[in-house]
Amino acid sequence: MLAHSVFFYFFSVIAIFSSLMVITSRNTVNSVFFLILDFISVGCLFIMVGAEFLGMIILIVYVGAVAVLFLFVVMMLNVAEQKQSWFIGKKSTHIPIGLIVSVLILLELLVVVGGWRYKDDLMSSSTLNLSDISNTHQLGLVMYTDYILYFQLAGIILLLSMIGAILLTFRQRKGVKKQSYINQISRNPSSSIELKDVESNKGVKIDD
Amino acid sequence: MIEIGLGHYLSLGAIIFFLGVIGIFLNRKNVIVILMSIELILLSVNINLISFSIFSGDIVGQIFTMLILTVAAAEAAIGLAIIVIYYRNRGSIRVEDIHGMKG
Repeated sequence: MLAHSVFFYFFSVIAIFSSLMVITSRNTVNSVFFLILDFISVGCLFIMVGAEFLGMIILIVYVGAVAVLFLFVVMMLNVAEQKQSWFIGKKSTHIPIGLIVSVLILLELLVVVGGWRYKDDLMSSSTLNLSDISNTHQLGLVMYTDYILYFQLAGIILLLSMIGAILLTFRQRKGVKKQSYINQISRNPSSSIELKDVESNKGVKIDD
Repeated sequence: MIEIGLGHYLSLGAIIFFLGVIGIFLNRKNVIVILMSIELILLSVNINLISFSIFSGDIVGQIFTMLILTVAAAEAAIGLAIIVIYYRNRGSIRVEDIHGMKG
């Protein structure tokens, strides 16, 4: 139990520090790196608390795909060196309002968490009470049976986002030679082959 | 303090949520950082769902976490595509410069 608490505080301190650095870092590339560190530490927390499959999914999907996508976009758009000046420059009214709203949200959440009491029969309300099978096995048993509709809807969402992203960033460039498949497959021998009588010792001019 | 319970995980989720919200409010320079703050908020929601799922012995929370992961990935892809085409058309993605709708 001591090791559990030590690891919990270690990973959560790293997570909070790196999420603080995500929003305050001057360089956007550094923000993306701290976002990756945040995802890794939260994934380690998930693995530690017993949700191994989702911890590994966080590591693979977030760190391997989403954060690298952010990194690509940040490096492609050349916005890495934009200076962030929060409290200097012209006076703006959004910063105190934003601080007030954020602190209110944090206080409300902490009040809710601090006043939390366990229900008496909390541990008995479970859909699957099989503790001898692994976490991944439990997820598979529930996800592919009871929640198959939501699983397929998630697949549709991914397909839609892929189509949307490709359609948004697709652009037709001018002056680029492209292969035209319809022209290639619709030509026939009569239009593409020309027979010529070649006289002796004269030759024939091609490309006239 | 030594015994790690549900409250600790919920507090961690609350703090990360708060940092994400403050990142959205305070950032005026870069839209990409706002998208990253949204990712932070979704991550804190995942922390809440997984900790409730573990501490109450119910696997359904983890399934919803997986659906949130899907939606987060889709949202990041679409958002970054929009940012790329905006930058291609306008040459800047500073938040102050995005006022085409006079909002």
